[in-house]
Amino acid sequence: MLSSLTREILQSLRFALEALGAYALFLVRLLKEVPRSLLRFGLVVEQVHNAGALSLVIIMLSGLFVGMVLGLQGFDLLERFGSEESLGSAAALGLLKELGPVVTALLFAGRAGTALASELGLMRATDQLAAMEMMAVDPVRRVVMPRFLGGVLSMPLLAAIFSLIGIYGAQLVGVQLMGVDTGQFWSQMRSTVELGDVMEGVIKSCVFGVACSLIAVYEGYHSVATAEGVGRATTRTVVISSVVVLLLDYLLTAAML
Amino acid sequence: MRVHGLHYSFAQRAIFGGVDLAIARGSVTAIMGPSGTGKTTLLRLITGQLQANRGVVEVEGQDVAGLSRAGIFRMRRRMGMLFQNGALLTDIDVYENVAFPLREHTRLPERLLRHVVLGKLQAVGLRGACRLMPAELSGGMARRVAIARAIVMDPQLLIYDEPFVGLDPISLGVVQRLIRRLNETLGLTSIVVSHEIRQLSAIADSCYLLSGGGVIAQGPPDALATDTREEVRQFMHGLPDGPVPFHYPAPDYVEQLRQLR
Repeated sequence: MLSSLTREILQSLRFALEALGAYALFLVRLLKEVPRSLLRFGLVVEQVHNAGALSLVIIMLSGLFVGMVLGLQGFDLLERFGSEESLGSAAALGLLKELGPVVTALLFAGRAGTALASELGLMRATDQLAAMEMMAVDPVRRVVMPRFLGGVLSMPLLAAIFSLIGIYGAQLVGVQLMGVDTGQFWSQMRSTVELGDVMEGVIKSCVFGVACSLIAVYEGYHSVATAEGVGRATTRTVVISSVVVLLLDYLLTAAML
Repeated sequence: MRVHGLHYSFAQRAIFGGVDLAIARGSVTAIMGPSGTGKTTLLRLITGQLQANRGVVEVEGQDVAGLSRAGIFRMRRRMGMLFQNGALLTDIDVYENVAFPLREHTRLPERLLRHVVLGKLQAVGLRGACRLMPAELSGGMARRVAIARAIVMDPQLLIYDEPFVGLDPISLGVVQRLIRRLNETLGLTSIVVSHEIRQLSAIADSCYLLSGGGVIAQGPPDALATDTREEVRQFMHGLPDGPVPFHYPAPDYVEQLRQLR
């Protein structure tokens, strides 16, 4: 009984390590293609539009609501200590360092990540990738790389927009609704938030951008060429991305504190 | 093109157990066989998408197994392949689909590229459809656009994987005529994988019949049609039962019904 359980755990561990190795090799292959892809930057810009611009509405709306909730909860908490004027600092630090990058990455995985995975999976299922191979065109270079780079470049921009809109949402609730002084709100924020805090968020969103884009293109490119295979690749993209983002968030936070 | 002693297995199932083929330059060669005999697999082996376990696949005197990835890509630039469903890129229109290999491999000025693309579309009768998206095309039209794309780099070898599947009689006639006409006018060597005997008999110079992991008959279409061997006769005349049985191997019928009870 125990030995079969141990065997299963060891096998799962082996699968996880194999998957990690496969992801690492795929990342190395993609990184080798970066210089060549930058020469055809038009393809990357197209994908920044697909992954970034088309995610703007959901990112802005979510940012606004998260900021508003932060404003409400923050006010409720700070009021208990008589320091509601610190709401601007609390909201800005929370959004720039943590919520902005993390929630953006989770939303990105759900919107752009699934779109990338299913698009590549469908291209595999309908022989479009095989047709490219037969035309002596490397699908990784022509199709996967621009999508990967588009995702990587979009994430920090989306996270920045999320945080800005979130701060506006917190201000809307805290100042306009709950009556926190406008001057106190902004001056506290300016005096507390440092460049290092902003950079922490930027670094996190860049790392999440690489992770989410890599997972999406890997799962889509390696999906089984059936309807079920494409569906599974899409689901795996969301699940793996979400877990990896939260894990990386802890590791990065611990490293940068 | 030459295939010699080809062995290939997949998931511990032997697909080929010693296939020999020789395809003459400038000919239209048909590769036929019942479903599941590995016709598409053979094409994938010829084009270097799969590696044989044993045996030699030679294209223009080069052993495909010995080529690097770059070498295989160089070889494929001289090949065109038509996939079963056309495999057109769905996010760009017909014109851009045909222009795709040119844009990837050449630096032709836009004006010259336009001449080449429209010329190829004219050859398949779809110049007027150049701004349609793949989703707006019928099956036959998609197949013709894929042919235009396959010939746009002026290949020496053109490979058709099941080009007649799912086509109405008119489209079928059009595609059949195109295969023969392109072969003659462009001086191509064509390999057509299909099980549409009537269409293949009309256009092929020679045929290979695959079954049971090997070539069971070869020669001109007329010779295969009059072959008296039972397995060849069953395929060529579409007989429902014979060496390829109607029933998939199963336990005794009555015994199985009793078990269910």
